[in-house]
This record gives sequence, structure tokens and C-alpha cells, in this order.
Amino acid sequence: MTVHRRTIMTVHRRTILRFGALLPAAIAARAIVAFAQPKPREVAITARKFTYEPAEITLKLDEPVVFLLTSADVVMGFSVPEFGVRGTIIPGQTTRVPMTPGKTGEFTYLCDVFCGSGHETMEGRMRVVA
Amino acid sequence: MDRIRIDRREFIKLAGLGSAVVVAGCAGMRTTTIASRTDDFYFVQLSDTHWGFDDPQINPDAAGTLPKAVAAVNSLSQPPDFVMFTGDLTHTTDDPAERRRRLAQFRDIAATLKVPTVRYMPGEHDAALDNGRAFKEFFGDTHYTFDHKGVHFIVVDNVSDPTAAIGAEQLEWLRADLAGQPKDARIVVFTHRPLFDLYPQWDWATRDGAQAITLLQTHANVTVFYGHIHQENHFMTGDIAHHSAKGLMFALPAPASQPRRLPVAWDGAAPYKGLGFREVDAEAVPMRYAIAEKPVA
Repeated sequence: MTVHRRTIMTVHRRTILRFGALLPAAIAARAIVAFAQPKPREVAITARKFTYEPAEITLKLDEPVVFLLTSADVVMGFSVPEFGVRGTIIPGQTTRVPMTPGKTGEFTYLCDVFCGSGHETMEGRMRVVA
Repeated sequence: MDRIRIDRREFIKLAGLGSAVVVAGCAGMRTTTIASRTDDFYFVQLSDTHWGFDDPQINPDAAGTLPKAVAAVNSLSQPPDFVMFTGDLTHTTDDPAERRRRLAQFRDIAATLKVPTVRYMPGEHDAALDNGRAFKEFFGDTHYTFDHKGVHFIVVDNVSDPTAAIGAEQLEWLRADLAGQPKDARIVVFTHRPLFDLYPQWDWATRDGAQAITLLQTHANVTVFYGHIHQENHFMTGDIAHHSAKGLMFALPAPASQPRRLPVAWDGAAPYKGLGFREVDAEAVPMRYAIAEKPVA
């Protein structure tokens, strides 16, 4: 939300500089569109030795999401190598990781912070559909 | 010396024991300077012994495999100059006391190797849960260098940080060490994890490995030997060759060959299949490494 406000303020400032007191309708419309962009869908995932809950998620192609990551026990990782996305999950905190899947298919999310015997099989399935 | 070496290779070839790979340090990088101060020698790499692992479906001889590998090394007609264990000496445990018990048992078995020098480095199973504290109590530093017969060896720790990072401090140490080496120095790097992105989907990578590779690329003759993936893999990043070793507890599937990186089940018809160790002949002229893969039993 803060980012959106800053964008609008920037647009206003530039518009004033360029056109003085005139505010073209097109610029105004653009600012409204920016303001109206939907909030990314939030997807909560809890990590615990040595699973993710949920272990399967379905996302829509090009739909922005924010993963809300928490850990029930120790420090964990959350990595989706195909999309170059990762985060470290500290117990007691929520780690926010944004992602917009740009291709369809089945992908793996896995723990990339060594967390004990069972770490190697700690993963989930991400399905991205059109 | 030469005769013994040739005889041993002939034996490997004739007996059909494992596979052999000859790898040039770097094509075209042959200098009189290097050759004049380098002697031929060979060392043995053992990796991923996972002492303490317990799953009879995967390895019904979990307590016997490491002693068999030690016996196989001790039976070599000519002892290697040194043995290098490239990590995951023990299987991980959450219990610090049990971790130390496994490290002590491993140390005692490794102590029966009849070779002049045995060197160790940790894998994530040894070190990631306590940042290498227990490993250091038994085996000393987790990253270090040593020189042997004209080759500069660098042991890089990419496991004590559970996020699989080498870290800024160690990278600076690596940069400083390389700065003290001639550009044509013959350099061998030991790591546990691959420095390059072999298959991040299975965590077969090092978070900041690309930075280490960039530093190493400032030198012409660099070769990397590593473990972690429990199988042979040979890969080039620029002029740097990276060779992974088989494990000594269980094999793992080839990268991307199946959905999950589950250990390969024990094959009763072919015991110890996929397990083994390797000999590495460091030859001065031409500068190359001849790798011979050896079975456990």
C-alpha cells in the first residue's frame, strides 16, 4: 500500500512539472488503476520438521502471491528454485516472500536450510495453472 | 616410483575395478615452472560415510561399510600420500552427545588407515546443526590449506552455515589465499557441496558458490573435488573441473532423474553397488588428474 501511495505521489509531482496545473485524464486514469490493483493473494505455509503445511498448493499463472511463512520449531528455508524465490523462516516470525509464477507446470518448494535428519525430503508441490 | 604407479594403473585397468577418468588440470596450461617443482603422487578421496545411519533397506551393512572401505584402502599395493574425507563423516542427529559419540567412533575407525596423513572436512550432517562446533573438537578447522608436492590444496567449508553459504569472511580468506599464489599455481579445492548450481531443486548447490568460482577463475589450474551427491559427476565451469565422489553409505539418484532425492535401495544381487572411493593421480607432466573409481568390496 505504501508503494502505491508513493507511485501516485510521484505521478502527481511529475505531472505538475510537465503540465503545470493541467492534469490529463489519461494520467489520472493510470493513477486510479495503480491504486485499484488487487492486493496479492496471501498464501500461508507452516514449516515444521520435516514437512510443509500445506504440502501442495495451486497458483494461477501470472497471479501475484505473497507467501506468509512461519516455522513451528526450528529455522527453516523455503526455496522455489524455478522462480528464483527463497526465504529464511525464523520461529516466532512471519517471513513474507512475494512471487508471481510466470509459467505453468509442477514445481518443488523445498527447505534449503539444513534442519536435521529428514531435511532432504522436506519439500512440497506447487502447481501453477493457466 | 613411476614403475609402481604404472603397475597400479595397469592393475586397475586389467582387473576392471571401477571406472577411470583422466582429467587435464586445464588444457594448454603446461608450464616448465610448475612441472619442475611438482612430483607425481596420488591421494584417495573418501566421502559421505554417514556413520550412524540406520536403515537396513538402504544399507544392511551400515556398521561394516566404512571398515570395509578402510580395509580396501589399506590393501592398496602402494599407499596413497594422503586420504581426504570430503564430509558427512557422520549422519546427523539432534543430540549433541550422540553427535560426538558418532564423530568419536568415526575417528577411531579412520585412525586404522595405514597412510601417512588423513585429512578431514565436514559435511552438513556433521556441522550444520552446531556451526561446526563438535567437528572442530575432533578434527580442527573446517577450512584450511595445505601444500603437497607442488600442489596447493584449499579446503572450503560450505556446510557449517546451515544456509549452505561459504560466507563473506571465508570468501575473503579465500581471496587472500589465492592472492598469494602464482597465477599458474596448481590448485586443488575440496568442498562438500558443489560450488555450482548442480541441481538446486535437491539443494545440490552452494548459496554463494558463484563468488568462490569467480575467485578461483583468477587462476589457470584449478580442480575441485567434492561429495554430497553420493555419485560421480563431472562438470566444467569455465576452465575449472568439478568432480563429485561416490558415497560410502548409500547412493543417491542422478539429478532430476526422479521426483524426490530418496536414497537408492540396497541391491541384494549387487551389494555395495553405487558405493566406493576414488584414487586421484596428480601427474606433473602433462598436468592432469587420473581418477580411478574403486569399489568397497
